[in-house]
Amino acid sequence: MAKQLMKGCEALGEAAIRAGCRHFFGYPITPQTEVPEYLSRRMPEVDGVYVQAESEVAASNMIFGAAGAGVRVFTSSSSPGVSLMAEGISYIAGAELPVVVINIVRAGPGLGGILPAQSDYFQATKGGAHGDFRILTLCPSSVQEAADLMIDAFDLADKYRCLVMVMGDGMIGQMMEPVDFKEPSNDPLPPKDWATTGCKGREPNIITSLWLQAEKLEEVNIRLNDKYKVMEKEEVRYEQYNCEEDHELLIVAYGTMARICQTAIDGLKADGINVGLFRPITIWPYPYDALFEASKGDKKILCVEMSMGQMIEDVTLSLKATKEVEFYGRCGGVVPSPTEIREQIEKLLKK
Amino acid sequence: MTAMNLFQKPESLTCKNTHYCPGCTHGAIHRMVAESLDELGLREQAVGVAPVGCSVLAYFYFNCDFQQAAHGRAPAVATGIKRSRPELTVFTYQGDGDLASIGTAEIIHAANRGEKITVVFVNNAIYGMTGGQMAPTTMPGQVTTTSPYGRNVEEVGYPMRMAEMLSTLRTPAFIARTSVHDPKHSIETKKMIKKAFQYQKDNTCFSMVEVLSTCPTNWGMTPLDSVKWLEDNMLPYYPLGVYKTPEGWEPMPKEGK
Repeated sequence: MAKQLMKGCEALGEAAIRAGCRHFFGYPITPQTEVPEYLSRRMPEVDGVYVQAESEVAASNMIFGAAGAGVRVFTSSSSPGVSLMAEGISYIAGAELPVVVINIVRAGPGLGGILPAQSDYFQATKGGAHGDFRILTLCPSSVQEAADLMIDAFDLADKYRCLVMVMGDGMIGQMMEPVDFKEPSNDPLPPKDWATTGCKGREPNIITSLWLQAEKLEEVNIRLNDKYKVMEKEEVRYEQYNCEEDHELLIVAYGTMARICQTAIDGLKADGINVGLFRPITIWPYPYDALFEASKGDKKILCVEMSMGQMIEDVTLSLKATKEVEFYGRCGGVVPSPTEIREQIEKLLKK
Repeated sequence: MTAMNLFQKPESLTCKNTHYCPGCTHGAIHRMVAESLDELGLREQAVGVAPVGCSVLAYFYFNCDFQQAAHGRAPAVATGIKRSRPELTVFTYQGDGDLASIGTAEIIHAANRGEKITVVFVNNAIYGMTGGQMAPTTMPGQVTTTSPYGRNVEEVGYPMRMAEMLSTLRTPAFIARTSVHDPKHSIETKKMIKKAFQYQKDNTCFSMVEVLSTCPTNWGMTPLDSVKWLEDNMLPYYPLGVYKTPEGWEPMPKEGK
């Protein structure tokens, strides 16, 4: 199919439809409002359901209901809105419902600003809400990758009966790039025989996250954890750039930040300086082992983020105390330029 | 003469004993919902949504599919279910803390969108499960564990009349308030609940029945005194009746589709 020029938010919405999702419940918030706008127009064309919820709290509970009824469903928001969705996210984790949530991250804390940031890394990977659970989080670095990951996200959610987050910084949602929608996979997925579709011919199905007996709830947590262990083994994604030859420095960055670093790396390469890039695509599960391997040898490690340093904690864990991790970050909506990154690299290499 | 089975358990109820306190009316109201589902032939297509509150475990007692929602969000969860599978009969069963306090936004907007769901709203003027705290529906002067000197309306305002509030919305709906403090009113409550489900079955509109009920345990009264207290205190403030029906509703001039 021919490539189309699309805004990231619209590409995410269209990708969901290509993945067979016909149910969207959401609330407007900058910089992702183009997702609900696009779907309010597009869903009626495909006999889909578009509902503008009264709040992100309500939206997160509407997707709970829809997923519990066995349909593919997603919502989209940006940082402050995702905080409000924490309730639904935790209940969805507890009730083991397949749901996709987009977070087009803007700078925080609080109302923060509306410009791109990567300051929700902790929220996505270390504590999206109360309780002992994980969010499988995919981070695209281009509009094309956003569309690809969005299509994969629905299969992953169905495969594991879990919440999958597609997290892009504001840039991913707002920039326009050519995109080609891939065909969704035909991989067999588990039947949704647990869904509340009416109990005709079977015993009633119950969707709940309430377990009042400690031993029973512990069992649920252990089962969830077993699932997370499988994801840690099977679903880790990352990419390496310019790592084939020896390099003096390895940058670790994700999302838009990785792309900017890539430009800086290209410029340095033209001048005979080799710098590698390690780009996690899943930030949970994190590619700890692959990064450890990539970090080996006589090279410096630089973590670059659009935050005051959140992913750096996972980079540090990956390295198993074998070396120091240098950090460069801008935040508040400031996006570092390739020149700025190059200066940082040169400064480090001179050290 | 052969023995006749005159009184049976509705098919829409399970055989489980409820955990409700002696004198509590949840059991009776559950039965009315179950009878309505049976009589309208809806059990096999019904999905209930349980709240947070005393009826949090309602899914153990109803013999149909169920989802358990976050506190106050049952109408949002029901919206998600009904919009995904309009052929299902979706109902929420909520208390006054759930619906009239933490879930006000969800109930107002579900009603305003005209979600074709049925809401059974049990108003006993107190938080039950957490042990008798003040609710938005607690009566002026009523003593609870968080209004130990009695509800002071100058500080916390007056009890909220949800049936009246929701009836102000322009969207067509069926909204009624009934009570289960005596057999006569209980029969009427059953009728209204069945009617509410009928509107959903006919795909007509949003429907809600607010049911005034007692909480002897947290009111600190015998079940009999509770009935008297409801009559003396709640009935004058919460008038019974049908507040809104979809019949006779007409679109405004120039109203879009």
